[in-house]
Amino acid sequence: MHEILLSARHLTKRFGGLAAVNDVSLDLSRDEIHAVIGPNGAGKSTLTHLLSGDLPSTSGQIQLGAQDVTGWSADRISHHGLGRSFQKTNIFSPLSVWENIRLAAQSRSTPAPGNPLGWWLRADAHAGVNQRAERALNLARLSARRDTVAGLMSHGEQRQLEIAMCLATEPEVLLLDEPLAGMGVAEAERMVELLLALKQDHAMLLVEHDMDAVFTLADRLTVMVNGQVIASGTPAEIRADANVQAAYLGEEHA
Amino acid sequence: MDLANFLIQLLNSVQYGLLLFMLAAGLTLIFGIMGVVNLAHGSFYMLGAYLGYALCAAWGSLTLAIAGGAALSVLFGLLLERLLFRHFYHRDHLDQVLLTFGLIYIFEEMRSILWGDDVHGVPVPAALEWSIPLTENLSYPAYRLFMSGVCLLLAAGLYLLISKTRLGMKIRAGAFNRDMTESLGINIQRIHAIVFAMGVGLAAVAGIVAAPVSSVYPNMGSQVLIMCFVVVVIGGIGSIRGALIAALLVGLVDTFGKVLLPQVASMLVYVLMALVLLWKPQGLFKQ
Amino acid sequence: MSTARAHLEVLPRSIQLVLWLGLLALLAFPWIGSDFHAQMVSRMMILAIFAMSLDLLQGVTGLVSLGHAAYFGLAGYLLAFMTPPGEPVSLWWTLPVAVLGAGLAAAVIGFFVVRTQGIYFIMVTMAFAQMVFYLFFDNKVLGGSDGIYINFKPDAVLFDLENKQVFYYFTLACLVGVYLFLRRLLWSPLGRTLNGIRINEHRMRAMGYSTFGYKLTAFTVAGALAGLAGYLWGAQTGYVNPELMGFHMSAHAIMMVILGGMGNFAGAMVGAFCFEYLLHLFKDLPTVGGFQMGKHWQLWMGSFIVLVVIWAPRGVLGLIQRFGGDSDA
Repeated sequence: MHEILLSARHLTKRFGGLAAVNDVSLDLSRDEIHAVIGPNGAGKSTLTHLLSGDLPSTSGQIQLGAQDVTGWSADRISHHGLGRSFQKTNIFSPLSVWENIRLAAQSRSTPAPGNPLGWWLRADAHAGVNQRAERALNLARLSARRDTVAGLMSHGEQRQLEIAMCLATEPEVLLLDEPLAGMGVAEAERMVELLLALKQDHAMLLVEHDMDAVFTLADRLTVMVNGQVIASGTPAEIRADANVQAAYLGEEHA
Repeated sequence: MDLANFLIQLLNSVQYGLLLFMLAAGLTLIFGIMGVVNLAHGSFYMLGAYLGYALCAAWGSLTLAIAGGAALSVLFGLLLERLLFRHFYHRDHLDQVLLTFGLIYIFEEMRSILWGDDVHGVPVPAALEWSIPLTENLSYPAYRLFMSGVCLLLAAGLYLLISKTRLGMKIRAGAFNRDMTESLGINIQRIHAIVFAMGVGLAAVAGIVAAPVSSVYPNMGSQVLIMCFVVVVIGGIGSIRGALIAALLVGLVDTFGKVLLPQVASMLVYVLMALVLLWKPQGLFKQ
Repeated sequence: MSTARAHLEVLPRSIQLVLWLGLLALLAFPWIGSDFHAQMVSRMMILAIFAMSLDLLQGVTGLVSLGHAAYFGLAGYLLAFMTPPGEPVSLWWTLPVAVLGAGLAAAVIGFFVVRTQGIYFIMVTMAFAQMVFYLFFDNKVLGGSDGIYINFKPDAVLFDLENKQVFYYFTLACLVGVYLFLRRLLWSPLGRTLNGIRINEHRMRAMGYSTFGYKLTAFTVAGALAGLAGYLWGAQTGYVNPELMGFHMSAHAIMMVILGGMGNFAGAMVGAFCFEYLLHLFKDLPTVGGFQMGKHWQLWMGSFIVLVVIWAPRGVLGLIQRFGGDSDA
């Protein structure tokens, strides 16, 4: 059994009378990709927001490593070793690829806002930050695009940048919300390669619609419908599960 | 403070609050639905007051002045929206701030050229020149009650319009999700124009109605603008209900503040705002 | 298109040239122009400092404050309170006190204001500035609507600020100092963070930045620098009144920054000079056919502002860059 790095218990999120996420529990373990699948509106993105601290949960607990992080803000959780990419590309469009990643890396060693040293030193001269950024840039296979303006890149490259920015903060847990969204075949293949390479040393949550990719990548699967978990287990178990077949997968994958 | 005085101050609070509501309702709608920050809103109040003064002087009747002023200001609003504001819905708030500040300057001069820079009184209509006696020595002016009445009527009308009519439904839909509303075939541009013109009209009519009580003077716009902003911030942008409650709150705090704690009276409203922001950074009734 | 040029952070050649020429002109001016004009330029330099302080908040961090003049005026008043009616007071401790005082006020108000977003922020900054305005306007103890006179310029001991030329060069030194300080800050970790917050605050938080603290710092530093400008203004004019903290003063600052071009501090300086010059131009217009063009200067100023918003949103620097023949925009 791999070490559990993130554990969510009985997470619920209500908007008025509607429970977008209803009593969801899951674990993310090291060296494992845990995919969450389900039809549109199943609550997968909301679940990701709950885990990353972007949305406060109505009830339930989240544990990151040994620490209870329930109710923590997004920036606090990020510092505790969690990184996430977004469904809708969320980068700094006017800045270069390098600056995007460098800014992400800087978050780990930036001086406190009130520290005058932080107003005087040159941001791009910090060796540690540059090292981390360089590493993330290479991991995400974007070295060739280092000086390109982020907003001018192709959609697929921007998705790669999303991942790179995650990696620059050196998280242990990665939450990836539809990293393959809108990608062509070649780009998707490259991304799948990248994600497989990242599996080592990280615990990954993958929200995806691309079923081929999901079954290639996932070590565990959780299926959500209408905010609830209807099945959870290995890909083989899920494929065989009658409920899942009825609700979601359809005959082709049986 | 005895009962009669308390009653007078209470009535004054409500009257001031309702007047602020007329202005804040327009501002919060324009912001909530079109996303435009409009610093020139106070200018509409000022222009309305001067227009009302001029019409009243020309026609001899405040009622006619209110009607005429309302019609003219709504037309003005439609024109302004079509020529200028329409092109700024998608622009940065900063650009909107700049645009509307430029307009403040222009409107100031418009007023100066058309009607001069003097302070004017507007006579209370003869029919409302009496007062309701409260005690032996104290009475309350009927005109002030009339003012509150007009504001209440308009508030009720606004409420009915927004919540009970099809136009109101379209307005609410547009505020909630502009693109979806557009794709449903609803003419969102016409809705925006109507909302904007309504806002201008409400502000202008407020100016005319208030004129007999507060007089007509050049700075009246900027003074009321800031109060308006405070009301919208406390009430929550886009919420008419919030604007009403906040306006009444501000009316109460300001009026009683001036009577009970005159040295800090003008600061009290801001303290109120600060407290509300600590508790609810997006206002009391944010949509 | 290079990234830093997108916001003109890295100043293109044409603009660097303009800045150097400007510096030369400012250095030479007291020898060429009259005393009266030197005073006018002094005032422009002070406003340029004020505009740069706002640029840190608005151009770099993306926070539009309609109440920035509160700190400008406060520092002027602090000097007024510290200066006894009969003799001058030392520059060397009153200047830091005024700057720190303005910064402290900004920190306190900022604590409430920075927690709001977007349009709320704009309205709330305006409201708090009005609160400060009324505090001074309504209270005779603080000078009331009449304001306070500062009968003596601060005593610098090493040089004589009562001498107009000396004061001019002292102001110029402050201007250059503030510019260099802010340019350095722009490329520091704080500057890069504020820039990131302006572009995408949500992502900054997701990456681990506690954005409230950074925004508050920007608000405070901007307030302190506005205080420096306000101190100099009080010293130069010898008079402070609540209008210095008012809405119009704040709005003027916004216009200066936008007019020049935001985010690089050079634009703020250029904008301040242009704005003040235009103001004088409009106010001095002659009477044509019975119509007092000068009296109705607000009409011209207002129309000019509206035209700028519609046609030159990147301000004067944007225009210079476009016509300055730089390789790639």
